[in-house]
Amino acid sequence: MHPQRKQRLQIIVFVLIAVAIAAGLLLYALRENINLFYPPADIAAGKVAVGQQIRAGGMVREGSVERSEQNLQVRFVVTDYAADLVVNYDGILPDMFAENAGVVVAGKLTENGEFEASEVLAKHDENYMPPEVAEALEQSGGSSEAEY
Amino acid sequence: MRLSRVYVSIITIRHRGLGKATYNLLMWSWFHKFGSPRWFYDFSTRVLPWLAVLCAAFLLVGVVWALAIAPSDYKQGNSFRIFYIHVPTAVISLVGYYVMAIAGAVSLIWRMKLADIVMKEAAPIGALLTFVALFSGAVWGKPTWGTWWVWDARVTSMLILFFLYVGVIALHKAFDNPEQSGKACAVLSLVGTVNIPIIYKSVDWWYSLHQPATIKFTEESTIHPDMFWPFLVITTGFYLLYAVALIANTRLGILQREYRTQWVRSRLQE
Repeated sequence: MHPQRKQRLQIIVFVLIAVAIAAGLLLYALRENINLFYPPADIAAGKVAVGQQIRAGGMVREGSVERSEQNLQVRFVVTDYAADLVVNYDGILPDMFAENAGVVVAGKLTENGEFEASEVLAKHDENYMPPEVAEALEQSGGSSEAEY
Repeated sequence: MRLSRVYVSIITIRHRGLGKATYNLLMWSWFHKFGSPRWFYDFSTRVLPWLAVLCAAFLLVGVVWALAIAPSDYKQGNSFRIFYIHVPTAVISLVGYYVMAIAGAVSLIWRMKLADIVMKEAAPIGALLTFVALFSGAVWGKPTWGTWWVWDARVTSMLILFFLYVGVIALHKAFDNPEQSGKACAVLSLVGTVNIPIIYKSVDWWYSLHQPATIKFTEESTIHPDMFWPFLVITTGFYLLYAVALIANTRLGILQREYRTQWVRSRLQE
């Protein structure tokens, strides 16, 4: 390779490495802010102040969803299998909302340690299969749901 | 011009015996040949129709298979089929960024005109693919997540990718001198490559609303084979579409850049 071209190549490689390191440090410094939500374990550990607008995320615990008879009020438990968070929400849940499925809730932590959600988003998992296969899996005892 | 210089030096070296210089020449001569816009133009004239036919065949089979024949998803029903547009366009928008950046690096190092044209022509195609990926993701997100848009790591880094593509296009238009704009665009596209692994790993590194990858290279994919095969066909179709679009754009770029030369005039008169 021509020495001049070799030098240009070296400069490019050097600049790329420098930019990658800079980006890495930046993302490392901002890592808490880039996370879209807090897992319930972080909230239980007291990392979130009461009344602060945040998002929490995890799995909806099986059998925990309680719907009100009169209005849209709904109450469920979000878990990361290390800690639980009780969520209250007054509104329409997304179609994909289900027990044992991922969820991200936006809102505030209240004095009594429960979460007042203003928005509930369903977190979809990466598993795709036809309905017959999911049914067969369920009957054979295998779980058709993703691990959190 | 470069080509003739290579041949002249091969002839002179033959009289001095074979040395390191000859080896270097043989190593690099194909590279310089490929870098000639005229050679690329004539070569692509022959290849492009075949590639276009192949692309149309794969896309046609892929679309019919994915949208009509493949089974619906057990949770999402038919809205899962957006997957077949969303994933290929998103993947190729990342791959296409590397194509643009590598072409930029080649044009910076070797001052190769063809690489410069390829880099500039790759930008609008990549921007379009990124837009389609973002748009189809939003359309899928509304019924699935319950929102059109969320500022999580994956979606935000994809938006940055879109801005990087648009930035390269804008920077290219901002200069009158193609050589200057080439250097600036190449540097911007090279610096932007840092974003690609971030997009790819964003769903693993941070808590995001976007799910992790379904199609995996290192472990088993979490998609049923009946849904995977149409995906493979339609993705191949999209890759071919990218190739066809890039080659066609590059041909146009060559004509615009070289319109004063004799060979372009003779081709256009044919």
